[in-house]
Amino acid sequence: MKILVPLKRVADPDNANKIKITPQKVDTTGLQFKPNPFDEYAVETALRLTENAASNKVRAGEVTVVTFGPKEAETTLRAALATGADKAIRVDSTDDALDGDLVARALAAIVQRDAPDLVLLGKQEVEGDANQVAQLLAEYLGWPQATFAGSIKSEGDKALLVGREIDGGTMNVRVTLPAIVSVDLRIVAPKSVQSMHTKEGHAYSDGVRFAALAAIMAAKKKPLTELKLADLVSDTSLKIQYTTFEAPAGRKAGVKVKTVEELVGKLKTEAKVL
Amino acid sequence: MNTLVIAEVADGKVRKSTHSAISFARQAGGAFSVLVIGPGSKHAAAEITAFGATKVLVAEDASLVHVLAERFAPTVAAVAKDFDVVVTTASSFGKDLAPRVAAKLSAGYASDVASVKLDGDKLAYKRPMFAGNAYGWCSITTAKQVVTVRQSEFTAAEPSGGASPIESVTPAPLDAAAARVEFVSLEAAKSERPDLGEARVIVSGGRALKEKFAEVLDPLATLLGAAVGASRAACDAGFAPPELQVGQTGRVVAPQLYVAIGISGAIQHLAGMKSSKTIVAINKDPDAPIFQVADYGLVADLFVAVPALVEELKKG
Ligand SMILES: Cc1cc2nc3c(=O)[nH]c(=O)nc-3n(C[C@H](O)[C@H](O)[C@H](O)COP(=O)(O)OP(=O)(O)OC[C@H]3O[C@@H](n4cnc5c(N)ncnc54)[C@H](O)[C@@H]3O)c2cc1C
Ligand SMILES: Nc1ncnc2c1ncn2[C@@H]1O[C@H](COP(=O)(O)O)[C@@H](O)[C@H]1O
Repeated sequence: MKILVPLKRVADPDNANKIKITPQKVDTTGLQFKPNPFDEYAVETALRLTENAASNKVRAGEVTVVTFGPKEAETTLRAALATGADKAIRVDSTDDALDGDLVARALAAIVQRDAPDLVLLGKQEVEGDANQVAQLLAEYLGWPQATFAGSIKSEGDKALLVGREIDGGTMNVRVTLPAIVSVDLRIVAPKSVQSMHTKEGHAYSDGVRFAALAAIMAAKKKPLTELKLADLVSDTSLKIQYTTFEAPAGRKAGVKVKTVEELVGKLKTEAKVL
Repeated sequence: MNTLVIAEVADGKVRKSTHSAISFARQAGGAFSVLVIGPGSKHAAAEITAFGATKVLVAEDASLVHVLAERFAPTVAAVAKDFDVVVTTASSFGKDLAPRVAAKLSAGYASDVASVKLDGDKLAYKRPMFAGNAYGWCSITTAKQVVTVRQSEFTAAEPSGGASPIESVTPAPLDAAAARVEFVSLEAAKSERPDLGEARVIVSGGRALKEKFAEVLDPLATLLGAAVGASRAACDAGFAPPELQVGQTGRVVAPQLYVAIGISGAIQHLAGMKSSKTIVAINKDPDAPIFQVADYGLVADLFVAVPALVEELKKG
């Protein structure tokens, strides 16, 4: 199976409360770049789908990672190559010059050129929190979309059985390849991904894999191609334009109560919510 | 301005989340119609005729029996041709469907909108970013616009009287994508409790509850008529089902009372609950970040404090 994984770097999400906001921009200076967690999960999912977990040396298929970003974003691509991805593409751009629609249209062009069987994306990129690229891409390609995947089982190389995490529970759908899948948090649980190459019931260790030092060195030699946005789409105009930014209303810490009696008292007489 | 509200239907009823999308339509100004689509829509449509919509459009058809974006999008896009703005709520239903509709219409899409205003002759949308640590005001450059709205930020619209005419619409032909997705099954735990998006009170539990998640929280939730929520760690560990997750990437809630029990208060969790009116935290670690947003904090072992709280509440 040939899999394409769009991957973006984001300012350290665990310190998102340290960003500085001016009306003109959100300043993330001082925060380290990390791969968008959902995209790391998508890479892990792609690796699980294309290997025999008992001997994950040979890739049964091909995993390509792609990012839209500046030169420095290649660090994020190299890290994905080190964990096992085969090839990388960087489409030269900056966040200001992109919106989800443009990313989706450019991805559609890459898909038409490289013909993957599956595009695995994160369900959301945690800076913009938009949750849209997978769905837009699916429509632009005329492909099915299994969004918010918490589990995936490959049925030969023809179809995927996907457990979608929705508000009311889990919806299981079968998509015929080629297809778009966006992954949710639980996809990296030990038994969430079952591929045809791995013995049924195999349990991975929880979360994403780390790269060995040798693999990090080897990743430096893996192919990384650079593309221009204009090579992919003729119209690079944006459909969304930001005008101003603002900080959310702060919330102050309240009081500590000593006993449950005191708590119930306050909820009744002070907060009046009981 | 003419807005099309896509209703969300479940079990033959219009979900309350739809009322938030109607609220958006009223605030955006101009006229609006409602499209009720999918199984049970004919039955559900009658519930939504008293909200001041120009029309209530109904699309119920054998091709639309399962809630799949690939199947709904062609019909929604066809109906949307006559409207300027298409809005639905940013539930899993809306987030799945709306971008697909936007792409069909070559329209710009703004997700999870928290506020709308008229800026000159254009609509400006405020949306949360960076796990709710920033808001950005944006506009859509295309004439046609698609948005999803955050349910917790748009107070559910109340009926305004009148009787909108109900009209049925012919479903659009399905395209290639629809033929390549097949509904297999829905695993949904039936619960008597209110939906997280609608609950007045939410009792939410974290990793600390372990296998006793339900045993400890259920009596409290029942007593308070509350919905039950959970942190990611509790869901990942299997103590609570995934659909209970509250946070940046789970459900975003703003009840009158949110009780966080054994939850540390990570950024991603706070993003989903810090607009709650009153927040209570019970945690044995006095330095847990959850206390920085809690109106009332109780430093205690939850396995002692929660049963004691239940007893205290029973006293009335
Ligand atoms: C991409 C991404 C998305 C995420 N999205 C979400 C999301 O939407 N929602 C979400 O919740 N998280 C989310 N997270 C996870 C988040 O970062 C935290 O890991 C998670 O919220 C922690 O859950 P917790 O507070 O239950 O567990 P912990 O952080 O382990 O905290 C447990 C708490 O329980 C307390 N405790 C332990 N024993 C007791 C006791 N006996 N009595 C009282 N207190 C006790 C401890 O002091 C501690 O504060 C996301 C993470 C990532 C990377
Ligand atoms: N600049 C980008 N480069 C690569 N992939 C991206 C980029 N922006 C978004 N994506 C992909 O699209 C997914 C959803 O992003 P979004 O719709 O912006 O929340 C992400 O998880 C990535 O997989």
